[in-house]
Amino acid sequence: MQLKNKIRAALNEKKILLMTHLVLGYPSLSVNREVIRQMVENGVDIIEMQIPFSEPIADGPMILKANQDSIAGGITVKECLEFAAEITAAYDIPFLFMTYYNIIYKYGEEAFFKKAVEIGIQGFIVPDLPPEEGESFHRLAAKYGIAPILIFAPTSTDDRMKEVTASAKGFIYCVARRGVTGKKTEFTEDFDSYMARCRKATDLPLAVGFGISGKEDVDYLVGKADIAVIGTRTIQLVDAEGAAAVGPFVAGLR
Amino acid sequence: MTDKKGYYGQWGGAFIPEVLHETFVQLNAAYNDARADSAFWKEYIALMGSYSCRPTPLTHVENLSRHFNGAQIFVKREDLNHTGAHKANNVMGQGLLVRRMGKKRVIAETGAGQHGVATATMAARFGFECTIYMGEEDVMRQRPNVFWMEKLGATVVPVTSGARTLKDAMNEAFRDWVTSMDDTHYVIGTVCGPHPFPEMVAWFQSIIGSEARKQITEVFGKLPSRVYACVGGGSNAMGVFQGFLDDPDVELIGVEAGGKGLETGRHATRLTGDDASAGVAQGYKTMFLQDDDGQMRDTHSVAAGLDYIGVSPILTDLWEKGRVRFATATDDEVMNALDLTMKKEGIIPALESAHAFVQAYKEAGELTPDDAIIINMSGRGDKDIFTIAHAFGDPSWKEFIREKGAEYAAEK
Repeated sequence: MQLKNKIRAALNEKKILLMTHLVLGYPSLSVNREVIRQMVENGVDIIEMQIPFSEPIADGPMILKANQDSIAGGITVKECLEFAAEITAAYDIPFLFMTYYNIIYKYGEEAFFKKAVEIGIQGFIVPDLPPEEGESFHRLAAKYGIAPILIFAPTSTDDRMKEVTASAKGFIYCVARRGVTGKKTEFTEDFDSYMARCRKATDLPLAVGFGISGKEDVDYLVGKADIAVIGTRTIQLVDAEGAAAVGPFVAGLR
Repeated sequence: MTDKKGYYGQWGGAFIPEVLHETFVQLNAAYNDARADSAFWKEYIALMGSYSCRPTPLTHVENLSRHFNGAQIFVKREDLNHTGAHKANNVMGQGLLVRRMGKKRVIAETGAGQHGVATATMAARFGFECTIYMGEEDVMRQRPNVFWMEKLGATVVPVTSGARTLKDAMNEAFRDWVTSMDDTHYVIGTVCGPHPFPEMVAWFQSIIGSEARKQITEVFGKLPSRVYACVGGGSNAMGVFQGFLDDPDVELIGVEAGGKGLETGRHATRLTGDDASAGVAQGYKTMFLQDDDGQMRDTHSVAAGLDYIGVSPILTDLWEKGRVRFATATDDEVMNALDLTMKKEGIIPALESAHAFVQAYKEAGELTPDDAIIINMSGRGDKDIFTIAHAFGDPSWKEFIREKGAEYAAEK
């Protein structure tokens, strides 16, 4: 089933879905493995696995450090792909790759899509690849049936949102605010009117990420968004309390 | 030279996070307007004349010409700009553009500190708030420039992520910009980054080449055989090369940082040799020093301004088309060329600029006194006294620093 339809089906039973994020190799693949188990067993609906890149310009200090520590620890793209294959075989929820374009470009764009299909990855989030630079990427995404998840930002005009959604599949990732990952988002009326604009611009489900850190945030998003994205918060949690803290945290979000 | 949306052949582009899309729409519009408005360029030329010593001289270095017994060597004196380098050309141009856009704050990345100092100067002159991102490693290596930036009213933020050098400062400036774009302009220091930066910075720097072309024609009666420039990001090289791009008989030579030598892997050489490969980072596509997975490598050069993973997409295209030839100079060769230039001509090139001198000196003897060559001296070395004295390992300088250190320590 296509990613969008899976999301729609799940939304028949839950008022909002949860998507979580982790950086592969940080602090280690074995910790990643345990974190994913905790996430899935406690009801996470979609997981984005970030393949580290040395220059992650859209990420804030926490995820930046996770990328760099993972690379310093010797992680390779090949290991990330092998790990992803193991994980997708073990769990029945959709998994996405998040990475920067150079990782895909350097691997070979078509080879990377082929590999992702073989592994069973459902979509890609590539924050430094705007649709106008992704001609071949989007052609390959269509060919291999992988959803290119594109991004709306509060700075996006209505026209821009329409342009973006024309190339998007699966869902739209709505960045909750300006800035990078990891800082608290204050939800205000501006945010509500932004979400209304997003809803109007696309028929795809809407995910909201950046600064979503607890149940209060998730509750606020019910009825406004379809998917709440938890990124930096779980990385902090694993750093501070270990992988075992992730399950109870996730279970308490919804 | 642009085919579409900021591409030069297959290089360039604008690989930017979606949150910056609208900012780039506005920047492109402001830049295109300025470019179409002849009054803007006139204002720029007048400003550079009254604030930064332009046109800079073209100096015939007769002693060195005789020494190499070959071509007549001319030096384009970008060192005589205000703040001591060609960086002033770019920042003052972008300053005028920022004023036109009505923004109130500027941010910049800096490696050696030259671009940071130039930006801080521009911000003071135009009344902008100013934040400079600088790798922690570079903050320690280039303390005098940090001092000047702060005295000029800028906030200097040491960047502690990654290799803690220029590329990390650039990433951090982007992170500021994705938050602050409404009132802030990011003054990229070189002909790199997402479109329109390579083209826009090349435009401001083209003042070097148009002056040099006119000057050499006046004093020598014909065009030079060869033009040499050092290449980090490539802004001074693009600046001078643009004066001669349409003259096929003028050979253009870019000189990269060979560091400890290509064979050691400790260098910043992208287009000479085989160590770099095509990639996309920091918002643009070019040849990067990266590993097989696409992770950027650590680079090395005695000259912090050349110590960078990427190179201008415009230069990569000119390299691919065979219009610009590339060479490298090692740290040791650079120190020798610097020494010779000082002793023979009383001119002190920056370590960056000295790379161009190395290659020109290697080749001057191949030509005759009927030929001229131009070396673009992108900046002056005397203000980098700490770095250069350290690179020479000068014993009396070290003694002076030890005494000063003891004096300050006693004050505590």
